[in-house]
Formats: sequence, structure tokens, C-alpha cells
Amino acid sequence: MSRPTFSLGKDLVGLEELSREQILSILDTAEPFKEISERRIKKVPVLRGKTIVNLFMEPSTRTRISFEFAEKRLSADTVNIGATGSSVVKGETLVDTARNLEAMRIDMVVIRHRSSGAAGFLAERIPSNVVNAGDGSHEHPTQALLDLLTIRDELERIEGLKVCIVGDILHSRVARSNIFGLLKLGAEVGVCGPMTLLPLGIDALGVKVFRKIEEAIEWADVLNVLRLQLERMQGGFVPSLREYNRFYGVTRRRLDKAPRDVLILHPGPMNRGVEIDSDVADGPQSVILKQVTNGVAVRMAVLYLLAGGVPEHAEAAKKGGGVE
Amino acid sequence: MSPRPLLLKGGRVIDPERELDEVLDLLLVEGKVARSGRDLTAPEGAKIEECRDLLVVPGLIDVHVHLREPGGEHKETIATGTRAAAAGGFTAVCAMPNTDPVIDSPATVGFVSAAAREAGHCRVYPVGAISIGQRGEQLTEIGELVQAGAVAITDDGHSVMDSGLMRRALEYAQAFDIPVADHPEDLSLSRDGVMNEGLVSARLGLPGKPNASEDVHIARDLLVAELTGGRLHLQHVSTRLGVEAIRSAKARGVRVTAEAAPHHLLLTDEAVGGYRTDAKMNPPLRTESDREAVVNGLLDGTLDTLATDHAPHHYEEKEQAFADAPFGVVGLETALGLMLTHFVEPGRMSLRTLIERMSVQPAQAFGIPGGTLVEGSPGDVTVIDPSREWTVDPDAFRSRGRNTPFTGWALRGRAVLTVVGGRITHREPEAD
Repeated sequence: MSRPTFSLGKDLVGLEELSREQILSILDTAEPFKEISERRIKKVPVLRGKTIVNLFMEPSTRTRISFEFAEKRLSADTVNIGATGSSVVKGETLVDTARNLEAMRIDMVVIRHRSSGAAGFLAERIPSNVVNAGDGSHEHPTQALLDLLTIRDELERIEGLKVCIVGDILHSRVARSNIFGLLKLGAEVGVCGPMTLLPLGIDALGVKVFRKIEEAIEWADVLNVLRLQLERMQGGFVPSLREYNRFYGVTRRRLDKAPRDVLILHPGPMNRGVEIDSDVADGPQSVILKQVTNGVAVRMAVLYLLAGGVPEHAEAAKKGGGVE
Repeated sequence: MSPRPLLLKGGRVIDPERELDEVLDLLLVEGKVARSGRDLTAPEGAKIEECRDLLVVPGLIDVHVHLREPGGEHKETIATGTRAAAAGGFTAVCAMPNTDPVIDSPATVGFVSAAAREAGHCRVYPVGAISIGQRGEQLTEIGELVQAGAVAITDDGHSVMDSGLMRRALEYAQAFDIPVADHPEDLSLSRDGVMNEGLVSARLGLPGKPNASEDVHIARDLLVAELTGGRLHLQHVSTRLGVEAIRSAKARGVRVTAEAAPHHLLLTDEAVGGYRTDAKMNPPLRTESDREAVVNGLLDGTLDTLATDHAPHHYEEKEQAFADAPFGVVGLETALGLMLTHFVEPGRMSLRTLIERMSVQPAQAFGIPGGTLVEGSPGDVTVIDPSREWTVDPDAFRSRGRNTPFTGWALRGRAVLTVVGGRITHREPEAD
């Protein structure tokens, strides 16, 4: 049987490899799944009998919990493995960890790893579905998908919008996934941050580079404000958090000068008063908590599609259960 | 005990030093070149090798090889590394000192020489460290290292960041007439980079080493060499501006020689796409304009020697996420085939130039015997079948390392007979 064109294939490693149609079908599939989380009994039998391992080799709260909710609400059996308190601290390699999990007959692995390429590395070596929950500075596809869904919810389109990603682009997997996803869906993409935190040659990816936050705000319909990792100061990329806020912080005063209402996203966790001020984060243009809500639906959609689900049947699957 | 006389009959003998390129017999007696000429008669007891349609050239020399022993025997040993060298047509290699322990004392130099003699596959010239433990602080006892058999010094694997130390090394080594070889990398610019810094690294989300990290260091080394009059050898040059800096320094009369590695001549950072750890080495694969500049540098002689930077690793070490895998690729068994197929065959490089870069000039740069077939020179000869077709298959390597970016490449031309001191150390089996 030939696979339908919107099929994701075995894994979700990044948005760079996906087509526009594949990305849209994930977003469309997420729509019917949103409603599950609003029910009194938040559980449907879509992934009943599937075993999913959440392999988080790097600290994560939001993403790990979001995946876990998505899995549990779809009735999958889940196991969580962290970097501490597991065989990883005993020096086991990623390949060996994966092979051992595989030997216990699992269906999917959701992996977070500090090394770029780790998710694809795993995907090539095990037959289970692999979902990238963030690999080094490479990609964080489900974060970008939930960002896309949130933008589409709020502004009813993505094509033709001007979206500027602000902050540490160099080290950000969220930025890369957003750039690939937004460009594929026809948005214009800008990046803004100190030159020390922009990769050399980033413009060759097809993005506009802003050196001043004021110019980015004047241009953009949407700002996706990235967390400034505090260790970037030790790395000498920025002289101080105070100075960063002063020149790159998204503040009320700066937003007030914008020619239009700019939608504000942030992948969290926020450093209030550094990359974003509290009155912006909590203000009317912020959709930061909607992103978190959408995260669960998007992850449900990804798990459902990788398990062999078809977008058109998502609604029915919620009632009848199963993807077979 | 000297070997039986060996008569290589009817091959195309190329000896750039004598401007020689014709079909001749070559006779080796008592481990040395005895004579070359037409229809030589074999002395009694001589072994005769038919070399019709084959090339007979001075033994190939690789001045940049990591044999890993002592301390890294799971990656390679002196025995397996030299076996690989012989299979690749090399009759001599220079062994890098970044082992454990570091080759920074007469005893460790002696160990490498002794182990190589015992293995017997090719000559091994140890290269000593510039600084004790390669820590970049205090000069090694360079004179004693040379007396023990070291032919050069380098902190390769590391970079000499202290310009003052580099100056002292370039001054002090002159008394012993050896080159100071440097791995040119400004670590404060390359930092935690794991590949070339550029568009590909931006896409993959991998930290990069910019060209400038190499350019700055090459420029510094050239200026310090100019200041001191010392003999500088720059290892594995990979950047366009690096090549240009060397070209202009040579024009000013600076005593410098330099290397190009096959992977930098044939691949760019695009080969890293998909996080291929077999395309991870240091310096990294750069961009097309760099690749082209390194090719031109090797063609016009700005880069004097082809050197493989053979850097074997255990497969488990390369079977990791890209940033976690070690730097390095193997090269001894593929270098000649790659050069013949991709440079000589399409007419970009003459056979003579190839022999110069792979034999004559390596011998000159490191002041070691060989590089010629003139009478009385060492009986180190490589016999090449220029039309032998083969495919790069790491499982067939004699090296313990399997880490090559050239797996599956179809090549034409390879060494079929390697002769060291008049003894055959490798005979390539007939193709099926």
C-alpha cells in the first residue's frame, strides 16, 4: 500500500526535511485534538497499547510534561528516562541505551539531547518512531509547530506574515525550526539580536537580519522572543543582562512605537526583565500561555500521525480508538 | 641480512630528480638502488617482478600520520598503521607525537622506531613534540630527540598558542636542522567548533571553526619564521587565505613548507550534512573556494607535500552524535587512488607533479632519505597499476580505522607492489 503524501514517515527529526503539506497536515490534525484537553475526562483511546519512552538526556520541564500529557491523553503507556539516575550516568552510549529500549519492544521514543543531530542519529538506528524534542542547537520541531499553530489561530494565516525571531539565534534550536517552518509556509522571516548571537551567513537561509530591535518591531507582525541563556554571559557573547535588556529587550515602550499590534510569542521559560518585560509578557498582545496549551495538541497530532494515523480520521479516532 | 636482489622489469620508471620518465628495468641490490637501464640482466638469485604497463616510482612518503601507539592501540597500532601505509604504496611515514605518553623524550622516540622496525612494513620516522606533554609551556629536549631519531617536532593535535614558545622552537631547532611543524589553529577563535563555520554549520546548529582561526595562526607562524629564519612546516592547510599567505611568504624567501590533505582537496563542508562523523576532522572541510585554493596551491607548489593526516579512530568513537565524535579520518589506503583518479586521470595534475608532492618533496621537507631512484639511494619503490579499478571499502582496510569519508568511491589506480629497502612489503592481490 502506498503511503499518502502527507505521511510524516517514520520520524519527526526536524522541519527542514518536511514539506509544506506535511507541516500543514500536522497543524490541521492538531485542531480536533485541542478539544480533548478541554474535557472533564481528558482521555481518548487513540494510542492504546502503544509504549512510548520519553528519553530526556537534558533538563526540560515544559516540553517533557507537554509530551507526557499528550501521550497520556491518547492512552499510550509511557516511561520517562532522565539523564540523572539512569544508565546514562554510568557511561552508557546513546546507541546502547536505544538498543536496550528497543529490546523491550517499544513503539516510540521522544528524545531530548544536548547534541545537534542526536535525534536523527537515533532515528537511523532503531525501528521505533523517533520524535525530536530538541537536539542541541539543531531543531525543536514540535516547538515550532506549536508556534505556527498559535500564530495561525491568532492571525488566521501564516503566509505573507512578517515574523521576527529575537535573541540568541546561534544556539537556538527553536529558531532553526521556526525559520524552516515559517519559510515553508510562506511567511517572511527576520532575526534580530547581537551579532555575537547570529550565525555567520544566516541571511543565506533566506531571512532578513535586523541589528536593532526597534527596526525589527517596526517591521514585524509577530515577534518570537527567545530565552537568553544565562550561560551566554560567561561565554562572552553579551557583556551583561542589563545591557542586553537595554538594547534587545522587548519592552512596552518599544512596542508602543510599533505601527501595528505585534503578536508576542516566547517559547519559555522566560527571563523577565531580560529578553522580555513583564508588562509585555502578561500584556494583551502576548499569546505565551496559548502556546503552551497548543503544545499538547500539536504533540498529540505528531504522535497520532507517526503511529500511522490519517488526518481525516483524527476526529473519528478520538471516539473509536486506535490507528490501525 | 640483506634481501635478495630485486629486478623490476619493464615498468615506466619516473624519477623527477633525474628528469627520468621512460620504460626501463630497475635493479635493487642490498637494499639500495643499484642500477636502472634497458634489458638489465638479473644477478644470480635475484627475484624478478614483471612491471609491464606499471609505474615504477620512488617510494611514497607521508609526513603526517597518526599511528596511535603508544596509548591508543584500540584505534591503531604501529604494526597495523604501517601495514596500511604499505598497502597504500607508502614506504615511509612520519609518526605524530600526540600519543599517550606523548613522544617528548628520547625513550619514547626510541620506542616508536623499535616497534616500527619490528613490524617491518615501512620506514617510520618519529616526530617529537615541541613542548613537554604538548602542553605548550616548556620546550622538549629537542637535541636529544633528534639524536634518538626524531626528524621534526610538532605539537600536532594541539596548537602552539604561545607565540613566544613558537619563536623559541623555530630558533632552537635550527641547530639540529629539523623543521618545526605546526597545526595552525587559533584556539581562541575556533573555541568549541566541531566543523567549518559557515552556512552548513548554521543550518545544522553545530558550533563552527571560522577560516580566520587557521588564517591568523598561519600568518603568525610565517611572521615568526621570517623573524627567526627557522624552518617552518605548516600542516594540513585548508583555507584560501592560508594558501595565499604561504604563497606570498615563499615569495619573500621565508623557509616554509606546507601540506595539503586529500580530503581538503576533494570535499567541502557539505559532506558533513546529515551529521556524518566520518567527515569530521580538524581542520574541518571548508567551502568550495577554499577547496579550489588548496588544489591550486598543491598544483603550483605553494603546498609542497600531499600528506594524509591519517587519523584512525575506533568505530564506537565515531558512532556518536557529531559533536561528541573525535576529529580525524584515515587516509593512507585511499590517498594514491584518489589523487590518480581525481587529479591525474582528468589531466589536472601530471604524474610527475604527483610523485614530487608524494615522494620527492616530503623527503626534502623533512630531510629524510628517499624520494629518488638515483643509484645508491634507498631501495624504496612503489609500483603502481594506473588502470586497476577498485572501490573504497573500509572493511578491506589494513588499518584498524574505518573512518573514511570516501566509502563507496570508485577509483582507478593503486599501488600493487611496495618495496622498502629492497624488500617487498606489500603485494596487492589480483582483482577478481
